[in-house]
Amino acid sequence: MNKHTPDLKAEKIDGGVHASVRHDSAHKHVAGSAVYIDDITEPAGTLHAGLGLSTVAHGAIRSIDLSAVRAAPGVVDVLTHADIPGENDISPSGMHDDPVLAAGKVQFHGQPVFCVIAKTREQARRAARLAKIDYEEMPADIDIWDLDAATRPQVFPPLTLKRGEAASALESAPRRIKGRMRLGGQDHFYLEGQVSLAVPGEDDEVLVYCSTQGPSETQHMVAHAMGVPSHAVTIEVRRMGGGFGGKETQANQCAALAAIAAKRLNRAVKLRLDRDEDMVATGKRHDFAIDYDIGFDDEGRIHAVDYTFALRAGFSADLSGPVGDRALFHCDNAYFFPHVHAKTALLRTNTVSNTAFRGFGGPQGMVGAERVIDEIAFATGKDPLDIRKLNFYDAMGVEGERNLTPYHQKVGDCIIQRIVAELEESADYAGRRKAIADFNAGSRIVKRGIALTPVKFGISFTKTESNQAGALVHVYTDGSVHMNHGGTEMGQGLHLKVAQVVAEEFQIDLDRVKITATTTAKVPNTSPTAASSGADLNGMAAQDAARQIKNRLIDFAAESHQVPRDQVVFLPNRVRIGNSEMAFNDLVRKAYVARVQLSAAGFYKTPKIHWDRSKGRGHAFYYYAYGAACSEVSVDMLTGEYVVERTDILHDAGRSLNRTIDIGQVEGGFIQGMGWLTTEELWWDGKGRLRTHAPSTYKIPLASDRPKIFNVALTDWSEAYEPTIHRSKAVGEPPLPLGLSVLHALSDAVASVADHSICPRLDAPATPERVLMAIERLRAEKRG
Amino acid sequence: MTAATIRSELRFVLNGQDVTLRDVAPDQTLLDWLRVSRLLKGTKEGCAEGDCGACTVLIGRLTPAGSLVYEGVNACIRFMGSLDGCHVVTVEHVAARDGTLHPVQQAMVDYHGSQCGFCTPGFVMSLYALWMEAPNPSDQQIETALQGNLCRCTGYEPILRAARAISSYGGTDKDPLLAERAAMIERLKALKDGARVEMGTGRNRFVVPANLDDFAALLAAEPTATVVAGSTDVGLWVTKQMRDITPVVFIAGLDELKSIAVQDGTVSIGAGVTYSEAFETLSAQIPALGPLIARIGGQQVRNMGTIGGNIANGSPIGDTPPALIALAATLTLRKGAERRTIRLEDYFIAYGKQDRQPGEFVEAVHVPVPKAAERFAVYKVTKRRDEDITATLGAFRLSLAADGSVEDICIAYGGMAATPKRAFAVEKALIGQPWNEATVEAAMAKYAEDYQPLTDMRATAEYRALVARNLLMRFFLETTSAAAPAQVSRYEAA
Repeated sequence: MNKHTPDLKAEKIDGGVHASVRHDSAHKHVAGSAVYIDDITEPAGTLHAGLGLSTVAHGAIRSIDLSAVRAAPGVVDVLTHADIPGENDISPSGMHDDPVLAAGKVQFHGQPVFCVIAKTREQARRAARLAKIDYEEMPADIDIWDLDAATRPQVFPPLTLKRGEAASALESAPRRIKGRMRLGGQDHFYLEGQVSLAVPGEDDEVLVYCSTQGPSETQHMVAHAMGVPSHAVTIEVRRMGGGFGGKETQANQCAALAAIAAKRLNRAVKLRLDRDEDMVATGKRHDFAIDYDIGFDDEGRIHAVDYTFALRAGFSADLSGPVGDRALFHCDNAYFFPHVHAKTALLRTNTVSNTAFRGFGGPQGMVGAERVIDEIAFATGKDPLDIRKLNFYDAMGVEGERNLTPYHQKVGDCIIQRIVAELEESADYAGRRKAIADFNAGSRIVKRGIALTPVKFGISFTKTESNQAGALVHVYTDGSVHMNHGGTEMGQGLHLKVAQVVAEEFQIDLDRVKITATTTAKVPNTSPTAASSGADLNGMAAQDAARQIKNRLIDFAAESHQVPRDQVVFLPNRVRIGNSEMAFNDLVRKAYVARVQLSAAGFYKTPKIHWDRSKGRGHAFYYYAYGAACSEVSVDMLTGEYVVERTDILHDAGRSLNRTIDIGQVEGGFIQGMGWLTTEELWWDGKGRLRTHAPSTYKIPLASDRPKIFNVALTDWSEAYEPTIHRSKAVGEPPLPLGLSVLHALSDAVASVADHSICPRLDAPATPERVLMAIERLRAEKRG
Repeated sequence: MTAATIRSELRFVLNGQDVTLRDVAPDQTLLDWLRVSRLLKGTKEGCAEGDCGACTVLIGRLTPAGSLVYEGVNACIRFMGSLDGCHVVTVEHVAARDGTLHPVQQAMVDYHGSQCGFCTPGFVMSLYALWMEAPNPSDQQIETALQGNLCRCTGYEPILRAARAISSYGGTDKDPLLAERAAMIERLKALKDGARVEMGTGRNRFVVPANLDDFAALLAAEPTATVVAGSTDVGLWVTKQMRDITPVVFIAGLDELKSIAVQDGTVSIGAGVTYSEAFETLSAQIPALGPLIARIGGQQVRNMGTIGGNIANGSPIGDTPPALIALAATLTLRKGAERRTIRLEDYFIAYGKQDRQPGEFVEAVHVPVPKAAERFAVYKVTKRRDEDITATLGAFRLSLAADGSVEDICIAYGGMAATPKRAFAVEKALIGQPWNEATVEAAMAKYAEDYQPLTDMRATAEYRALVARNLLMRFFLETTSAAAPAQVSRYEAA
């Protein structure tokens, strides 16, 4: 972006909204010059921290002997919980159950107990292994499968949603099925692990460069743990090497420790976790045990559903409450449940505290919904797609009775029918279903399967206060623009989209807008970049800031040229004032001379939304995003190995701000969702040790796991029915559950061994092992 | 012992610069040196175990034949001591000096191949290595070249689009590395003075032997030294276990261990031959080994890891030992000037225990090529298809008598016991029997006598036992009916 000669005759600016501009940092990514936290030039004398992790899953600490740690080469200092100057707590839920460093007891294997600071990172890591800690081991709950959801301790009050009379409707339904499914968790596996670099300032000040999705939250946590006001702490992040929810709350621990050590030693301190430490010591997507009880009729129409979504919270609350809530918000996916009763159980376990992960419980809720569809399809002998279509919410514009969610919000924008219909045709679902049946009839070992699954995803933070955003825009006298907002860049192209919004507002080429690092000193009290909200909220806030400046420029131009305001029109790189045109830069210069303020803070809050958790009622979401995927797989009946032959996706991003960026979100989200439901398996041993703690053992998808044929399209007709930023829709999380199509295609292939007469009840992740075991189970059931 | 001159300097070329180092720790990794000492921050650490590829750099090295090859390797587990006489190329050296992006980089930009960008330098380097060898690669070639690169954002599709398009941005004829290849060969040759490189003192030192005899003598005299070939295993002892590995002997540069020869129906592979180097010969001679090698680690690991190391470290889940045992391979072990040859299957005694004396090393493995009438197959079963460690791996070599009965069958598995191990009871149940489904099913019941596998994070004991049996069925089906596929495959058969 070094072209600074604006075209004053252009018909359109370069890089406005809806333009498919490439990522603003792409040229730096490929050259290796994009700066991540660990790449920042270190201040002279920077020290490095390492963590000492607990070696038992649950125990009281009898004694800690750190003498060997302190004596190790290069060690400068060692911190324990006693050295936390403020409160030893970084709980984001206000439950005061998340110590920075364990005090008196440890609650999971891998919990940080102490922090070593040494001259080099290597020295710190080596020294951390020399501690002698004596534990009195206590019984540990690791897995939730056998825990009683009704009686076991929970980390946060559970949620119940109810509408209608589920119990009696289940009793009176013509058909009824009960079942249970296991759904695994997921490690974020952001390529850049958790890292913070803290630089001490004067008085109580500290600046922390932190790979965080929630700079304001990190700021407050650091201040809290240090016992200083928030104004003493500044958090800055230019970009993250991936986040996916894993840096919403999980960044705070590294930030707090680095900051505390930096102030204590008056030296810059960096804490960067090793990959294994990162995977062991930081939270993941929650795994679930889902109990369902469904009533339906012979047609396959759902009458009533009763669910319990039990989730493995880990040792503390973290975000488990709201994650469980969002699972319930999506337990219907795109389907109308006439009667529903659904509750969460946020089970406390002696494992790492699970946290936000792209979708935030929503995808887990949808897995429950799609299992219900599968059960009904096999029970009625129908194609699962027919059952899906039969149970959709009423389409937008239809004034029917089938449009109320379990949380009593009316679905007014349902476009899933059209998306599914278009995808069904473009993917030739019917033709391929028949071709697959023919193939399977002639193939003994390799069986194919296909599934088309929908997604309806609610957009807004369910924590109402989070639905606000701020931005800061400066126009300099040369007409160049400095843009800052509260959102963070983790690869999703947020900064680019917001810059496009600002460029559009001023009608200047995108390269005139400078993207800058997110910092709590410029925009305060921001929400984490999460819940897919980044562009919706920050785009609006930046637009507000730009409009304030633009309005002042209009006032100035109208006054100085003695024309009505409506005769001041912003054209590409120029402004028409009455009958004359002036370069944007010139107008800005003149406005400055006339002492017009060229800086503004913008603000936005999402309208209409409200949510009463105690009643389970509200307008929780501003709108919904939709999509659908159709996947075909081949499965090896001898080993359970499989290949994804083809996936077709049609996704709704409203009037997309940037289609190529959004397609990237859809492609990447799908693969991440597919990985979660197929090869990504978290495996704890009997002692509560996570044994899949590195890429050697934890298998995210590779290039060779992509569908062999992968067709991804955005709808070209949809737009947000609420006035969102340029009528676009959020696109961060909604594509992830498109990966469900692979799980259900696998299920379809498995079902072929019993002539599609038995529901495979294929649990996730559907590793080759789970697939083969499901095949064996169906074969055994078929034999009787 | 050959009286080698000793040099206490490490010499190599970094990007455009000659580098001479006199103070390098035996366990110093290339990645940390680049980032911490040279402040070259473009190369990233994603996992520090050779599994994610964010740290991929190119290493140019002279082959025994005197040509210069550039290979992508994982800088995170590459020790500095192994770089003597090499050309290290990092992402900072890829764009032109005026900042003009290289075709590989420009294609990645234009096709939206990066999102968060953290993995991107590694992808650029892997694609660069591929493009130098295959400017217009097939999707299979691209996917194979990218097995060692993880991306969590893009879903890979845009990276594939970029990879297909690189050549439309410029030909290899204009590539600086290739254009300067002849000059670089001379530069690297000048670094090769035939000296032993030795740095540090006492136990805290490393040695790059001058030649094979030098190595043999050295190890005989100092049998507790850690021998490092590809460092794809030992690298993790340092980065993950923080073990003390000193003193270290680096043998990857020993030309005499790099021979691969076919003679009298046997392929002899020197212990220093990497998977990449062995691939062409092995897959030509024994076609079933091609797809197996292509699924070991990622390309970066195959460029460093050696078949000799895969055997020497004695892992129960090494991929090549069961295949080579089924092929009746033998091993040359050497201590000082003494050599002995043993059957590979006798080498593995128990978990962590091999038939190798102190000071002795694996010099070569000899693999008989199956006779025309023999059928040989090897099946690797993993959670993820590529770059994954074996849950169960079965290898089968069958010869049928004229009457269709089993004349001989040799079956070996990995992941089923504490060592790579033959399935004698299954073999016994088959030998002399007709090769039909009934016999095979009867033999499948015998697996329980041969193996009592364990449950771990890769698979349960039940799955391993079941799959082990089913792989015999797969082998039977593949040897008897060509019509319907007996396994899923991502790529059409070549």
